[in-house]
Amino acid sequence: MTDKALTIETVCKDRGKTRVLSDISLTLEPGQRVALLGHNGAGKSTLIKSILGLTPIQAGTIRIGTAAPGSAQARRDTAYLPEAVSFHPALTGREQLALFAKLSGTNADVPALLDRVGLGDAMDRRIGAYSKGMRQRLGLAQVLLGQPKLALLDEPTSGLDPISRQDLYAIIDELAAQGTAVLIASHALTEVEARTDRIAIMRKGRMVADDTLANLSALAGLPIRLRVRARADADALAAELGGNRVNGASVELLCSPADKMQALRRIAGLGDAVADVEMTPPKLEDLYRHYAREALQ
Amino acid sequence: MTRFLAITRTEMLILRRNRWLLVATLIMVLFALALTFAGSAPTGTLGVDMLTVSVASMTTLSVYLAPLLALMISFDAIAGDVDRGSLSLLLSYPAGRGEILLGKFTAHLAALAFAMTVGFGTAGAVAAWFGGAGADSLFALGRLIVTSILLGAVFLALGYLLSALARGATAAAGLSAGLWLVFVVLYDLGLLGAVVMDKGGVFTQSVFPWVMVANPADAFRLWNVAATEGVAMASGMTGAAQALPVWAAPASLLVWPVLGFALARLAFRRVEP
Repeated sequence: MTDKALTIETVCKDRGKTRVLSDISLTLEPGQRVALLGHNGAGKSTLIKSILGLTPIQAGTIRIGTAAPGSAQARRDTAYLPEAVSFHPALTGREQLALFAKLSGTNADVPALLDRVGLGDAMDRRIGAYSKGMRQRLGLAQVLLGQPKLALLDEPTSGLDPISRQDLYAIIDELAAQGTAVLIASHALTEVEARTDRIAIMRKGRMVADDTLANLSALAGLPIRLRVRARADADALAAELGGNRVNGASVELLCSPADKMQALRRIAGLGDAVADVEMTPPKLEDLYRHYAREALQ
Repeated sequence: MTRFLAITRTEMLILRRNRWLLVATLIMVLFALALTFAGSAPTGTLGVDMLTVSVASMTTLSVYLAPLLALMISFDAIAGDVDRGSLSLLLSYPAGRGEILLGKFTAHLAALAFAMTVGFGTAGAVAAWFGGAGADSLFALGRLIVTSILLGAVFLALGYLLSALARGATAAAGLSAGLWLVFVVLYDLGLLGAVVMDKGGVFTQSVFPWVMVANPADAFRLWNVAATEGVAMASGMTGAAQALPVWAAPASLLVWPVLGFALARLAFRRVEP
């Protein structure tokens, strides 16, 4: 029990008459990066606020290490990046981060941290003059304060340009390397794919999947897409392989992960008739759609 | 312990940065000076020095301005952070809600105290320079400054209460304006109406003074008026003051900030960012 960074067991939460979280269970080991996916309104932010102890739950237990949500210990051990974070516009980035450092009781090197997130030049400017991405970076800087056991990032990529996103993932990896368990709530699906150890999918307050990407793929049994480009006669190729003709020169076929090698051998056996083969494993997006729909039925 | 001081320091920085401190101090200085000069006419007829008259005028001013300035800072204290989305982040830190509120209160009270002291102090110095001042009137000026700060503290706390109860900063601003109107204007009008209806009966004799002193704004007025003969004469407000024990007004003005802060703390506990 105690070696887990975060333990969530059968948590339920009602808001009025609607059940916004129902029977949620999730655990994070130290150093693990877990993506929490779901549509808007699926309950991701509510779950995060429950973990922070900002909103009460009606049933189940949440433990940060061994501490209860909202307890002094839990708040010391947890770092949080709210969705679309905002700060007082009259303060400078340095002043704001210095306040957070004081509150968390760490002697962090504030300018170095701001440099780390790319705000080195802007740290003495007012936050009111910051762009959305810069505010997000400042929010990220405060996550790095101290050495949190658990980091909760709510839509950390929103408002960030692609290069900043790369920085963000580097920072997440850094956190994980120092032993922080990182929970990333997101709907930017393709980005989190390669960057996380596990994926949890929420839909309408339920946890509909929680596994590694590979296991989720296998479980879902989604087909792999093979696109074969013919050197000359695509019709003949389509007849031979039994797939669909697409855009004149190519044939597309779907096969299950188990049949993949067999299909490739058949294609290779066709020799010169085939100019190129492109293989697309199921995307996280397909998986997400699969699990979301399954839950609906 | 140092956590609430960190919040205090940041809040002070914000008040300086967004010019609130400068504007509030300027307002206090200008109004106090204007009243001191405009109110200096009856000096001769009443036989008191100019500072005494000035304090009487400034007491009337402070009844309106101290609550207004206090509410102007405090209405945003919680609702503004909720609107910005920064409260959830702040609450994820080890600082407790009580510490956050206390930190803000300390900063806001210090800013109010600064504006009051500079404003009334300047006007007092000017009055003393031109029209003379005695030990009594200097003491009255000191009491005016201290009680104005206390009155400000009451409305800071009540502003936090509204800020915690309101949905959004705009609603909090509206509620604050209503609160100011009720405590400073309508309450007295209502009492006045009741006294007129009662025609000097039991209500006027025994209930009215207590109902009056229960309002912090009136307690402030009574405390300043009752304590100094000269001020009471200059403001023509002796009747109600004499019907109450000496401790009533100070007690009201000292209990209100504590009560208001406790209520704000309770309301803040229920805020879900």
